[in-house]
Amino acid sequence: MEKIKIHSVGALFDTPNEITNAAKETVKAGYKKFDVNTPYPVHGMEKAMNIGTSMLGYITLFIGLSGAAFAFLAMYWISVYDYPLIVGGKPFFSWPAFIPITFEVTVLSSAIGTVAVMVALFFKFPNNSHAIHDTNYMKKVSADKFGVNIVAIDPLFDEAKVKAFLAGIGGKEIETIYEPAVKTVNVFDKRFIALLILIAIITSAATYFTLNKLLYVQPFTWMSEQHKVVPQSQNTMFPDGFGMRQPVEGTVARGFTPYEFKGQTDSAVKNLSNPLPFSREVIAKGKEKYDTYCSPCHGYYGKGDSRLNGQFPNPPTLYSDKVRNWGDGNIYHVIVSGQNVMPSYAKQLSKDERWSIIHYIRVLQRSQNAKDTDLPQQ
Amino acid sequence: MEYQKKELPISVRNIGFLLTGLGLLLVIISYIADPKREAFNNIIGLMFLGSIAIGALILVALEYISGAVWSTPLRRVSEFIASSLPLMIVLAIPLFFTMHSVFHWTHTDVVTADKVLSAKTPYLNIPFFIGRTLGIILLLFFFYFLFTRNSRKQDETKDQKLTKTNVKLSAVFMPVVAIGLTVLSIDWMMSLEPHWFSTIFGIYYISATLLAGLAATTYGVVSLNEAGFLHPRINSDHYYSLGALMFGITNFWAYIAFSQFLLIWYANMPEETFWFVSRWEGGWKYVSLGLILIRFIIPYAGLLSQPSKTDPTRLKRISLFILFAHFFDLYWLVMPTFSKSVVFSFYELGFPVLIIGMIIIMFTMQAKKYNLVPIGDPKLERGLDFHL
Repeated sequence: MEKIKIHSVGALFDTPNEITNAAKETVKAGYKKFDVNTPYPVHGMEKAMNIGTSMLGYITLFIGLSGAAFAFLAMYWISVYDYPLIVGGKPFFSWPAFIPITFEVTVLSSAIGTVAVMVALFFKFPNNSHAIHDTNYMKKVSADKFGVNIVAIDPLFDEAKVKAFLAGIGGKEIETIYEPAVKTVNVFDKRFIALLILIAIITSAATYFTLNKLLYVQPFTWMSEQHKVVPQSQNTMFPDGFGMRQPVEGTVARGFTPYEFKGQTDSAVKNLSNPLPFSREVIAKGKEKYDTYCSPCHGYYGKGDSRLNGQFPNPPTLYSDKVRNWGDGNIYHVIVSGQNVMPSYAKQLSKDERWSIIHYIRVLQRSQNAKDTDLPQQ
Repeated sequence: MEYQKKELPISVRNIGFLLTGLGLLLVIISYIADPKREAFNNIIGLMFLGSIAIGALILVALEYISGAVWSTPLRRVSEFIASSLPLMIVLAIPLFFTMHSVFHWTHTDVVTADKVLSAKTPYLNIPFFIGRTLGIILLLFFFYFLFTRNSRKQDETKDQKLTKTNVKLSAVFMPVVAIGLTVLSIDWMMSLEPHWFSTIFGIYYISATLLAGLAATTYGVVSLNEAGFLHPRINSDHYYSLGALMFGITNFWAYIAFSQFLLIWYANMPEETFWFVSRWEGGWKYVSLGLILIRFIIPYAGLLSQPSKTDPTRLKRISLFILFAHFFDLYWLVMPTFSKSVVFSFYELGFPVLIIGMIIIMFTMQAKKYNLVPIGDPKLERGLDFHL
């Protein structure tokens, strides 16, 4: 790289107090275009350099308040208008619940926003090249030294005079910094893009390997892998190769009564009658089970107005003369064995539950066909 | 530049005597006029004095345990403010006689009829209660005595070992003061509603205590230093650190206070929510909302910018305001138990006036006898050379 044009002259100092003094002296000497580089923020430097307070704080405040307003209003809109959900019986607009998230978003947005604004405005993005990069001066001030850097565009600049001045205020390792020949480096350099892609691939692979392979390596497998037959598995001990065995032919489970009229509608109608009393408790139980298992298709009142929006064919009404004239046994038979599209509900409903549902259906039917005699006599 | 001891003007002490006299008069009149109400105010006063004195003592210990240097030149101000700690006993004594009109759980007939309260009797009984309070105050005073004795001895001997002793002492002191403040706050404020419970209440009071001690210290440091009684090398960087710490603890208080509210509000358990409900009815709503404004928003906005932490006038104003906010907070914690609707008149003013007067008198007495800067402390030179 050919270096001809002088960018600046830099000098190093040892302590924060020295650098603060040096900055004050530089201001006193009349230099305007100069900068101070320190390994960490030295408070009071802006005063010593006479540059006033940075406006970054106000930008941060603005971004933070915007973030707070955004988070709060977004949650307000989501939970009041877009997707109102009742949580714990609270009103939709439950602002105390919004506060933690508002706080987090405020902090996050002001932090990210500050860095972004700093890079964009103060570092003049996408400019990523500066004359003091790759100099001995920069190496020192980013480690443990403090540096003053008087830039050549200052009207009072004169290399020899500036060097003498910096030596006079106690500067060490005074160095002339030249402008690099290449002023800007292309941000979207091919190698840089390739590097980004490589990083993406490596990160994804490492994440995949960690989450899917590494975390599933178990230190001990003594108890999780046992020599036993697990459900649904193969086993060579039996000639048919099944690990699970069938119960002995004709086994009946405890408390289970087999349905004796399987496939025999007529004898079911003839032989079955409701064993439960027509009482308030039974009807209440019937209503509970009806609402759970029957109402999705038949509707809460048995009108056949399915809640499933036509995903299944709607069943006929339970108020038709046909169903009203059916015996209890016939309805029971339909519940146990199903009819047309309706599947069997024998697995979901116990014997007593089926009979109480039938009582409840009778109540529903009666409610739609009230007679004059039902009215109280005046 | 060297530190030269100067006498505080006699007018400061006179102001202290004036305020103490005025406060005492108000307290006595109020106790005669309405003993029950004044007993509640006595609790506010006890906790107010306690938080200023113990808060200042925590700052002293905090400096030792963390090895901080910036606060070393200012430490004596905290020590002098902490000297009013034993006066807590003076404020607690009238309460031991009026406990019956304040604490629900002191009535045996109520307790026996109440399952919850009778289950709490092993903790909430009068002898244990008085013993706890006196024990904690004496224990903390014992620590205060050791800290300041070592610190003063150092002024003459310049013995560095004394700093090490105090560091060890502060390591013991920290858990003691944490438990002590938790117990004090539970005993004197939470047990006003003996059915109510909040596990965060202790740290709520600890955060308020830190803030009160710090605000009193800040006011003392800034006004004394501006008048030239402290070391001439104490500068705006020290002020900035005090302001930043106040700002941080203000946020900490808000965090704790909101955590307490959010969990109770979310869970919505009747045995917890009634405490907040009673602070939302009969005009207390405006006090509660005012608390958010006075305790958090105003100090937060007032301390946010950098100049507000370095400008002595603004810093003095905001630290006084924080002390007022602390009093307001205690009023909000205690008074809703006394009255269903908001009450505020001269009854409430007696104790704060008395306490401020007493703290000023204690401070001037200490300042007369001892140096306002710990001249023997090995960290002093570094503390004076402190730059941000």
